[in-house]
Order: sequence, then C-alpha cells, then structure tokens
Amino acid sequence: MNIESQDFYTQAILSMSALVGLTSFLMLGQGRLLRLIFVFAVQGLLLTLTTSLAAYSLDNPHLYISAVLTFALKVVFIPWMLHKQVLAMNMHRDVEALKNNTAVMLSGASLMVFSYYVLQPIIHTSSMIMLNALAVSLSVVLLGLMLMISHRQAVAHVVGFMSIENGLFFAAIVATNGMPMVVELGVAFDVLVAAILFGIFFLHIRTSIDSLDVDLMNKLHEVDK
Amino acid sequence: MNWLIAILQTVLFVALAPLLAGFLKFCKCRLQNRKAPSLLQPYRDLLKLTRKQPVISEDASWLFCLAPYIIFSSMVLAATVVPLIAVDLPTSASADVIVLVGFFAFARFFIALAGLDIGTAFGGMGSSREMTISSLAEPAMLMAVFTLTMTASTTNLSGAIGHVLNEGLILRPSFVFALFALILVAIAETGRIPVDNPTTHLELTMIHEAMILEYSGRHLALIEWASQLKFMLYGVLIANIFFPWGIAESFGLSALGYGLLVIVGKLIFLCIFLAFAETAVAKMRLFRVQEYLGFAYLLGLLGMLSHIILESTR
Repeated sequence: MNIESQDFYTQAILSMSALVGLTSFLMLGQGRLLRLIFVFAVQGLLLTLTTSLAAYSLDNPHLYISAVLTFALKVVFIPWMLHKQVLAMNMHRDVEALKNNTAVMLSGASLMVFSYYVLQPIIHTSSMIMLNALAVSLSVVLLGLMLMISHRQAVAHVVGFMSIENGLFFAAIVATNGMPMVVELGVAFDVLVAAILFGIFFLHIRTSIDSLDVDLMNKLHEVDK
Repeated sequence: MNWLIAILQTVLFVALAPLLAGFLKFCKCRLQNRKAPSLLQPYRDLLKLTRKQPVISEDASWLFCLAPYIIFSSMVLAATVVPLIAVDLPTSASADVIVLVGFFAFARFFIALAGLDIGTAFGGMGSSREMTISSLAEPAMLMAVFTLTMTASTTNLSGAIGHVLNEGLILRPSFVFALFALILVAIAETGRIPVDNPTTHLELTMIHEAMILEYSGRHLALIEWASQLKFMLYGVLIANIFFPWGIAESFGLSALGYGLLVIVGKLIFLCIFLAFAETAVAKMRLFRVQEYLGFAYLLGLLGMLSHIILESTR
C-alpha cells in the first residue's frame, strides 16, 4: 500500500486520523482545564469533518445528520457547558501539576504501539487503511482511559470519558461507514444525558469535599481514623 | 542562462527581504489600529544606517567588525539554495537542505560570538539565550525537513519541491505535522513574538536585540538586513515546500513572471496569517520556550512516524 495510489478520500481519512491521534496526546499532557476543553472541542470538530467527508464521498446522507449532531454536541454544547462550570467553580486559574508527566506521555506512546500490535491480524481480512484508522481510534480510547487515570480533576475525567466516546465514534465512521441512524441518535442522546449528569455530580462532589480533586476522596472514611 | 536566472533569483531575495519585513509591520499596525509606516521604511532605515559612521568599542576585536559581513554573506548563500521563483536552478543543485541548516547555524555561531566579543552583560546574555533556543529549534527543524526528504527520497530542496509538485495534490498526514513544526520553528528562529519580540529593547526579554546592541552604522544595517533575509528564507521555505504550486519549472519569461507573482501572493498570505497570530498571542516567558520547542519537535517526530506508519509501502 502506498499513499500515492490511494484515492483522495482515503488520504483525507488518514490525515484526519493522524490529527485525531495528535489531539488525544495533547489532551493527555494538558494541565490547564480550559485548554483541555478547547482541545476536546477541536477533536470534536475533526470528527465532524471526518463524518461530513464520509457522508459526501460515500453518498450516505444520513451521515450528515450525525455530523450535525456531533458538531452541536461535541463542539458546541459539551465544551460550552464544561467551560461554564469551570468558570463558575473558579478553577480556570489552577494549573494541575501532573505527576510524572514524562511517564504518562511515554505510556501513552506505548499504548499507541500496543493498539497497532493488537490490530495487526486485521490486515488479512481488510485493507491497510482500516488497520491505521482502527489503530488510531483504539489508541484514542486507551488514551482517554489514560487521561482519566492520570488527571485528578473531575472535569478532566469527564473530558477523558467523552474522548473515549470520540474514539469509538471515529472507528464507527471509518470502519463501517457509520452506524445505523437509530444507534447514532441513541448514543448522541446518551452523551448528552451523561454530560448533564456529570454536571450534577460535580455539584455533589464539590459540596461534599469542597473540591473537584478526586484524590481528596481517599480521605473520606466511615469512621474517623 | 540558467546561472543568470539563479543570480537574478538571489538578487530578488536580497532586494525583497526588507519589503517583506515592511509589509509585515504594515499588517501588524493596521491590525492594532495604528497608522502604518510606509512599506519602503525598512529600505530608508538601511540607507540611513549605511550613511552613519559605525561606533566600535575599544575592547572590540577584529571578530566584531568581521561578523556582520560573515552573517550577511552566509544568509545570501542560503538564499541561493532556496528556490524562490523556479526549481532546478544550478545553484540549488549544488547544496542540499542540510547545508541550508548549516548556513543558518554558521550565521548564528558568528552572531553569538560577536555578542560575547564586546564583553557587555547584555551581549553575553543574548548569546546564551540564542544558543539555548537554537539548540532546541535545530533538531525540530531537521526533523520536519527530514519528513519531506524521506517522502521525496532526496535531500536536495529543489528536487524535493519538484517531487511534491509532480505528484499533484496528495494529502499526507506527515506533511500536516511537518508544516506545523516548521511554522513553530520559523517563529522561534526568526525571533518573532511568542519567543522573542523584535520591536523591544526591554532588557529582560530581548534575545536577538541583546546580541546586536553594540552594533551601529553599516554593521547594524548588514545584520538587520540579514535577519530580514532570514525571515524571508523561512517564509519561502514554508510556502514552497508545502504549497509549491505555481513555481516555475521552465525558464520561459512568462513562467518566471507567473512564479514571481505566485510567490508574492503566498508570502502576502503568510504575512497576514503571521500578523494575526502575533496580534493575538502574548510573548511567553523565556523558560516556557523549551516547552514550545519541545512541542515543535514532537510534531516533527510525529510527522516522521506517520510517514513511516501511515504512508509506507508494506
């Protein structure tokens, strides 16, 4: 397989997958919440572009609807909501000092290699493009998990969770030309509900431990020590 | 004939560099709601400086007087390597992209030495900062350039641009990364705003200005001209490597004229983009420059990796 011999759609999908992978790495190393949310919105925008590209070149009009949904939810609504909450809780000035940032980035890189390794057998049954795009989306999922493990702020956990969903969505678009409309609507609705529920959780965590730093939860005990 | 065009191209480079700097200043002024100086102002400044008598410190050695000439001539040599309006010129065939990076390093070495030579506090400070930044910027630039040369399988700049040109429009993930890496490096190396501020003489922040603080008269004119030339070199590199369409492949008059028109258009676009970026972004602390350049290196590395992983033949 050579990139020169591929059609324009494939080249564009490959470029998009590379950029989506990059945004995942950017989120992993980001200590500031507002910038984290901004990068998340950029990832959503890349997903929207990929979806509309797939809709255009595969002549699959229902993907346009899912592109619009992605744009509305992941580029506008969820980032706006998180942004508002961060401002309201006055956390936008804190810089989260990431413990062992280098180790986190290195393990992120090894996760990427791992996803390539896991998906290697797929070559026999499908094209190389599929391998690359699926490997990137699997690594976006794993990097989202990594983000949730390495950051301590609850807002960052939510962003990590949403970026896991982004990875799955990207895989669905690239590998299967989009899920059925019903499934997509369901997932979009789930994401919306999840975002609102997380907002309520923030409020509860904040009232109970007076911070969104989940490390402080370790101090909660049934009995006083 | 080919040599004539090569010389003409270099002369164009040298002659247009102050105009480009003037245009960038014009864009920035308009964006900041100020009245812009004339586009020809850099030429007038250079002319004024050459007329003035250079003042040289008693402690200066021969190196101090020689450095401006070395810096300017190495920039002119670098300008011969970079294709401006036409590819396949005899001068660009003689040196490849690693030599180009070498020319930049050579000029930087001498400007840092000149900064140290006088023995003032500012000169030494500026030199040490410049070397710190360049030691981080150079690998990033090489990484970005290697992505291009691996794709074209030649390190010759003109050959690589010709390769990109003949391939037609192919979206390569590696080029997207390399483009961003090269833009970041170009901003750092030419001393533009997030890294260095070329318009200030505030002692805490200056890098490039600190080294040339002691220069005056025609020496200063040469150094200023060299840094304008360097700015244009980076601009042309970015424009011609990643968007080579329109560059002349034959040496007919119409092709060359079209090539000139196109590169002027591309540089105008680049300047407007840069002016927007510089107006929106604040200068960062010196100790954050390594993060910035580390990011540029990461992008370059990702470009290389995605060339190997995403685009390879297996």
